Amino acid sequence: MTLQMNWSRATTLLQRLGSVIGLVLLFIVLSVMSPDFLTTGNLLTVLRQVSINALIAFGMTFVILAGGIDLSVGAILAFTGAITAGLMAAGHGMVLSIGAGLGLGLILGMINGVLVSWGRVAPFIATLGTLTLLRGLTLSYTQGSPIPVSNPGFALIGGGYVANLVPLPVIWMFIAFAVCGFLLRGTVFGRHVVAIGGNEEAARLSGVRIAPMKLAIYGLSGLLSAFAGIVLTSRLYSAQATAGAGYELDAIAAVVLGGTSLAGGRGWLFGTLIGALLIGFLNNGLNLLGVSSFYQQVVKGIVILIAVLLDRRQ
Amino acid sequence: MRKLTLFAAAAAATLLAACSQQGPGESAPSAAATAGGAAAGGKPVIGLALSTQNNPFFVELKDGAQKAADTAGVQLVVVDAQDDPARQISSVEDLIQKRVSVILLNPTDSSALAGAVQSAQRANIPVITLDRGVDGADVASHIASDNIAGGKMAADFLAKQLNGKGNIIELQGVAGTSAARERGKGFDDEIATTGMKVVAQQPANFDRAQGLSVSENLLQGNSDVQAIFAQNDEMALGAVQALAGKNKKVLVVGFDGTPDGKKAVQDGGMAATVAQQPEEIGRLGIETGKKLIDKQPVEKSIAVPLKLLTKE
Repeated sequence: MTLQMNWSRATTLLQRLGSVIGLVLLFIVLSVMSPDFLTTGNLLTVLRQVSINALIAFGMTFVILAGGIDLSVGAILAFTGAITAGLMAAGHGMVLSIGAGLGLGLILGMINGVLVSWGRVAPFIATLGTLTLLRGLTLSYTQGSPIPVSNPGFALIGGGYVANLVPLPVIWMFIAFAVCGFLLRGTVFGRHVVAIGGNEEAARLSGVRIAPMKLAIYGLSGLLSAFAGIVLTSRLYSAQATAGAGYELDAIAAVVLGGTSLAGGRGWLFGTLIGALLIGFLNNGLNLLGVSSFYQQVVKGIVILIAVLLDRRQ
Repeated sequence: MRKLTLFAAAAAATLLAACSQQGPGESAPSAAATAGGAAAGGKPVIGLALSTQNNPFFVELKDGAQKAADTAGVQLVVVDAQDDPARQISSVEDLIQKRVSVILLNPTDSSALAGAVQSAQRANIPVITLDRGVDGADVASHIASDNIAGGKMAADFLAKQLNGKGNIIELQGVAGTSAARERGKGFDDEIATTGMKVVAQQPANFDRAQGLSVSENLLQGNSDVQAIFAQNDEMALGAVQALAGKNKKVLVVGFDGTPDGKKAVQDGGMAATVAQQPEEIGRLGIETGKKLIDKQPVEKSIAVPLKLLTKE
């Protein structure tokens, strides 16, 4: 009995550590193969590249932990980015514009939550619908062309450095990680998220109020996507109508690579960070090695498949 | 859980140790600058950041660059943004970290890449833009098609075909774009020197469907027309459709030399198209990059000639 328990605990641990081990291995391989890889400049560059995906993936972790999925994150990113840039272009202040963008992201996420809980629409379908709707709204709002931003303060959010070394988006990523990690591990909210994903009916019977929870979970995902959208808009000096296309898949990949189960109920936020880093370092390393972008996609696909297979074996 | 935390801490510690060993000084821009012309293998490395490889135009551009790189003894590293500006910024940063000698940038969008160009310049890596420019950043050189000469080429072709006489309809591209402005200027200026006349001109925004409806309207109002000049092939193909079924010989000249446009020229639907030469843009990119590596002066703006394609 104890043996069996130890065995199952060991496999869980191994699976969780899988992503960490994978990242360390990737690190060693890339350091040996490319002289430019293991430099402070490069590592910080990758962290900055990863930050957008990580911000979205943190929110996605909550959604997937609760047994859902959010396909609208990239579209929310583009729409809130466009609105924020549009407000600034119309002469509104930076703080108001950012606040409006973040608030909009929260509301859009909560609309997903309403559709999923009260509307009883499958999360995949509901968020596919909002994805399409928001893409259309973004294109009509921007008329398909970028909205340039010239506010120097705003440009710092995505392009600034702390102590002339650490890019600001990296700081945002770690702050979001700390806050989300606390939400997940240190609050009742987090325990309820996991409970819903494990067994929604059981969670309901034990007094978890499902509908408001889902509103909050999807709202959080929308809020973080909007934040990512603002950081991206700042980095690009402009809001792009087609920004964030396919980002939902990168975020889901980061969550899954990190060892969070797509079936819900089991996972951790640290894994998501590792998963996002894995994807980022893989992209960066393959670029440094001069691998064709076509093969880069092949490699990324294989890595994701391996991660999912490991998940299935559990 | 404790083991896990331990492991994570150990991993983090290794990471940190790795970072501090290297020290910020070693990777700072100054180091990149001294890396200068020749990287590890002795062969200089040029990075090419493409907007997409989903479009034959840019694949041809890449092939032209690759061939020229092989000839010039330069190693070419290609990164592809899949039309995502954020991805392009990341890949340009990777090229900077790789300390390539020159970056050839074919921007996904002229408004989004200024920051990346500035980062490259801080690392003392010159940037050459190909086909599209970057707003808000100064580059070593910009290489793109000579659209003014292309417009003139179209006008000369029509003058020859029509013996310098006739009425022409002009379909314009998206107002304000450099392509529409320059192609129109080259065409209009040259037409003014002949006996031909542009009797109507209207934007159809580079779009085939709009090319069709605008042509229909303009043909309705102008019965005596011998030629239509469209500032791109898509609009020209729309014009061809508008002419279909009409019992009249109207010469249609397009611009770009897209696969559809070339096919229409072969089929006789279009009289000619002014084709861009993406391979040439790629080749000139490498040659200009090589000059920068060899510390030779380069031109700020290089116009790549266009080529008139007719059925013969």
